[in-house]
Amino acid sequence: MTLALELDDLRKSFGSAEIIRGLNLKVEKGERHAIIGPNGAGKSTMFNLITGRFPQTSGHVRLHGTDLTGLQPFQINRLGLSRSFQITNIFPKMTVFENVRCSLLWSMGFKYSFWNMVSRNRALNEGAEEILEQINLTVRRDLPAGVLSYAEQRALEIGITIAGGADVIMLDEPTAGMSNTETDYIVNLIEKVTENKTLIVVEHDMGVVFGLADRISVLVYGEIIATGTPEEVRSDQKVQEAYLGAALEDH
Amino acid sequence: MDLILVNLIDGLVFGLLLFMLSSGLTLIFSMMGVLNFAHASFYMLGAYFGYQLSTVLGIGFIGGLIVAPIIVGVGGALIERYGLRQVHQYGHVPELIFTFGLALLIQEVVKLFWGQNQIPYFEPAYLDFALFSVGDNAIKAYKVFMIFISLAIFGGLLYILTKTRIGMIIQAALSYPKTVEALGHNVPFIFMGVFGVGTALAGVAGVIAGPALGTFPGMAFTLGSIVFVTIVVGGLGSLWGALLASLLIGWLTTFAASYNLRMEDILTGLGMTKPEVMSDSMLQDLWTLTLPQVGPILPYLLMVLILVFRPQGLLGKREA
Amino acid sequence: MSTANTTNRAYGAITLGTLLPWIIGAIILLVLPILMGSKGQLTIMSQMSIMVVFALAYNMLLGQGGMLSFGHAVYMGMGSFLCLHVMNASYFGSVPLPILPLIGGFFGLGIAMIIGSFSTRSAGTIFAMISLGLGELMAACVLIIVVFFGGEEGISGYRDEGLPFFGLEFISHIEVFYLIAFWLFVSAALMFLFSRTPVGRMANAVRDNPERAQFLGYSARWVRFVSFSASGFFCGIAGGLSAILFEIATESDLNVTASGVILLIVFLGGVGFFWGPIIGAVVFILLQTVLGLQTHLWELYVGVIFVAMVMYFPGGLAGIIMSHAVAMSLGKLGLLVRPYLTCVLPAIIGILGLCGLIEMIFHMREAPTGETEMTLFWTAIDTHHIWAWLVFGVIAAGGILLARQQSSVLKEAWDQANTIDTPAEEPS
Repeated sequence: MTLALELDDLRKSFGSAEIIRGLNLKVEKGERHAIIGPNGAGKSTMFNLITGRFPQTSGHVRLHGTDLTGLQPFQINRLGLSRSFQITNIFPKMTVFENVRCSLLWSMGFKYSFWNMVSRNRALNEGAEEILEQINLTVRRDLPAGVLSYAEQRALEIGITIAGGADVIMLDEPTAGMSNTETDYIVNLIEKVTENKTLIVVEHDMGVVFGLADRISVLVYGEIIATGTPEEVRSDQKVQEAYLGAALEDH
Repeated sequence: MDLILVNLIDGLVFGLLLFMLSSGLTLIFSMMGVLNFAHASFYMLGAYFGYQLSTVLGIGFIGGLIVAPIIVGVGGALIERYGLRQVHQYGHVPELIFTFGLALLIQEVVKLFWGQNQIPYFEPAYLDFALFSVGDNAIKAYKVFMIFISLAIFGGLLYILTKTRIGMIIQAALSYPKTVEALGHNVPFIFMGVFGVGTALAGVAGVIAGPALGTFPGMAFTLGSIVFVTIVVGGLGSLWGALLASLLIGWLTTFAASYNLRMEDILTGLGMTKPEVMSDSMLQDLWTLTLPQVGPILPYLLMVLILVFRPQGLLGKREA
Repeated sequence: MSTANTTNRAYGAITLGTLLPWIIGAIILLVLPILMGSKGQLTIMSQMSIMVVFALAYNMLLGQGGMLSFGHAVYMGMGSFLCLHVMNASYFGSVPLPILPLIGGFFGLGIAMIIGSFSTRSAGTIFAMISLGLGELMAACVLIIVVFFGGEEGISGYRDEGLPFFGLEFISHIEVFYLIAFWLFVSAALMFLFSRTPVGRMANAVRDNPERAQFLGYSARWVRFVSFSASGFFCGIAGGLSAILFEIATESDLNVTASGVILLIVFLGGVGFFWGPIIGAVVFILLQTVLGLQTHLWELYVGVIFVAMVMYFPGGLAGIIMSHAVAMSLGKLGLLVRPYLTCVLPAIIGILGLCGLIEMIFHMREAPTGETEMTLFWTAIDTHHIWAWLVFGVIAAGGILLARQQSSVLKEAWDQANTIDTPAEEPS
């Protein structure tokens, strides 16, 4: 198997505080990998480093073997990595359909063109409709995204993330703040849309993590203290001590 | 040498005047995130109220200096409370547009009441004499008075911001507005207060600058854009940056206006020959360029350069 | 991809519905000069058309790209100056006048590309400040760079010295109007189409959420740069048209005041809709000419309208119109007619009363001493008599109080007109 994503001694400091302290991680192609860890462990920072939102202090991120150091978020996205955000991050004034269609544009090769009409391209529009169907928002097609319910906005967020056809998908707490029913809906959705793709997900809900992930990494204070299959992580002594103890008793 | 000293004094006067405006503007910006386009309009109102109170109502120049800024400040606070806060919900761009519209409106209202032309607002007779002279140049007592008032206000502001409780809260709110609100301080009220005080400061500047620079409906726009330049150059939200930039721009424009450095001399100094018939040359404007001519645009040039190469300004911490 | 839905939507089909506004627009442009053919009317309509082009170009930035520019008159003004230089050049005799605006457009594009290369790095306050600084710089340069800008007199030329275009020399006003109307139509159509292209759509996305757009593969800066350049192009076209109509360009064409006016126009019309700026430009020029003839204080009134709009109707006139869409689709627009009359009518009367008071203040200050009579609303009034002030005061206060009192009725009717009736309530 080939590696989809590789972190090599990745570090990040804000001022004198080192938040990410030497991450090493290998995620294989097609793997569903979950990152768990207590609040403030640096999970979102790690996401931001990988996707180019912040520059790293040292170390490397490799996507399909390509070093991402110094690349802008849009360049990284073009290499086939797409992410969602912990706080819903959509285009609130545009319609749901327009949100999805915009996220398809680059991957379908439209670039900065001002000589194509978006409404006249069959493949583009059908692609957008198809994504809408996948995320069950076809009925909301023409509403401004800002007026959707929270769960619908989260679904749209995932739709925007996967629409570009990136093969590495990173989701930052996709079920945060959701009821049980909504969580089930989103988890099903994630499983459906990330088929045959590499998925990296930060999640607090252990039920979701153990149901979804092939492998789990535990991030504590900017370090990965364990990586392995759910069973391995569950039985790992360090993880038990550091973090999982209480959570595991519930399951 | 004398000329340098005179220019230093004049530049200081203008720089401190700019600072009275830019300090309020930068405080307002850092707290509310809105660049108040109408800030210089409050300066203009200060001048007009000062004139109205001191001359027409006869409470004297000092009376005007005390009462006019209070009226301006209360007016500013009311505009914040009933105007800006209403627009705040729509976002920053409408806020900026609102203050822009306000600036237009204040100018028109001033024209309605006081007319298009410059009004006869002069320095009081007891300050209208030469205090001392540098070489052949007499320095008016009024200039020294302006410097002292500005310095007194600067000192007062510094004291309030660093030594008092309310100053601490304002300073904290500059960097962490959300946290300060979470600590239970009435941030909207502080906003209104800061807006009121900021506009009152502009009013003070107006009262004392009106006689020196002229009181006319265009005075707000003339000075307004320079004040913008000042706080952008100094770094948005930085008081020390505002002071530095105010003095820098004060001296820059004063010196540029008084040294008749001609491009012609520089070019011939570089060994180029002046074309015989000027109107044939595409470069005629380059040859006839003089420093006083480009002086007024130097601040804008400085601002564009700063924005391109150091967007956070000279002493600013965050980007505009 | 073979699992695709099987709906056979005809994407991008050109229907009568999408073409109708354009056909109506074209007809209006064709017919107007026939209905109102006097020289003055033609000039005002030409001026309006130029302003519409400029306003639409400005809204490509403000409305669609979320960039607030305080120095946009620069691009129109530069186009105007360049076109006048072409008109004064020896080769003008071989240039057909109708392509002149295109030359202005490309010049505007060039300038916008140079300035945009650094100013579009961010939107927001930095962009606004750079635009303001450059606007001031350019306005100051007009007086310094005399070769290009002609100093205080500006540059003037004659449009009829160009190559005759199918026999047209553009001497008469109606020919000039049709030339401007042609370019208005073409520019408006192109700008509309631009908003439907990938980069036009991404301009909206970057306006709404620049960061998210970056994670979709688009550089926010490039998207802004493309919109900015395109806007500069159409501003340049407007500048070329202005050069043709007025045959002169001066500092007042590109100073910060001119930039402020276009911001005012676009905001007044409404930034949220493509056609908002069109309404803004038409209304503004009408206000300028009609109000300007009636009172010296028209700028004051426009200022008040502007500030009131920003405070209460940030969507502008277009926003006000479109806020009736729900009521209309429910077929309940009729419910609003009565409350509008009972509320808006007294409000208008009250406001006119206020205007009367303001005009009287103005008269007292401006009129030569001894002259106490003025004509207000076709009535002679003695401004030094207490009765005049009382009458207008009562009208103002009464109208506004009545309007306030009626506003609750209006609000109720508004809510009712915007809710879907449940069947039980439906009148049989």
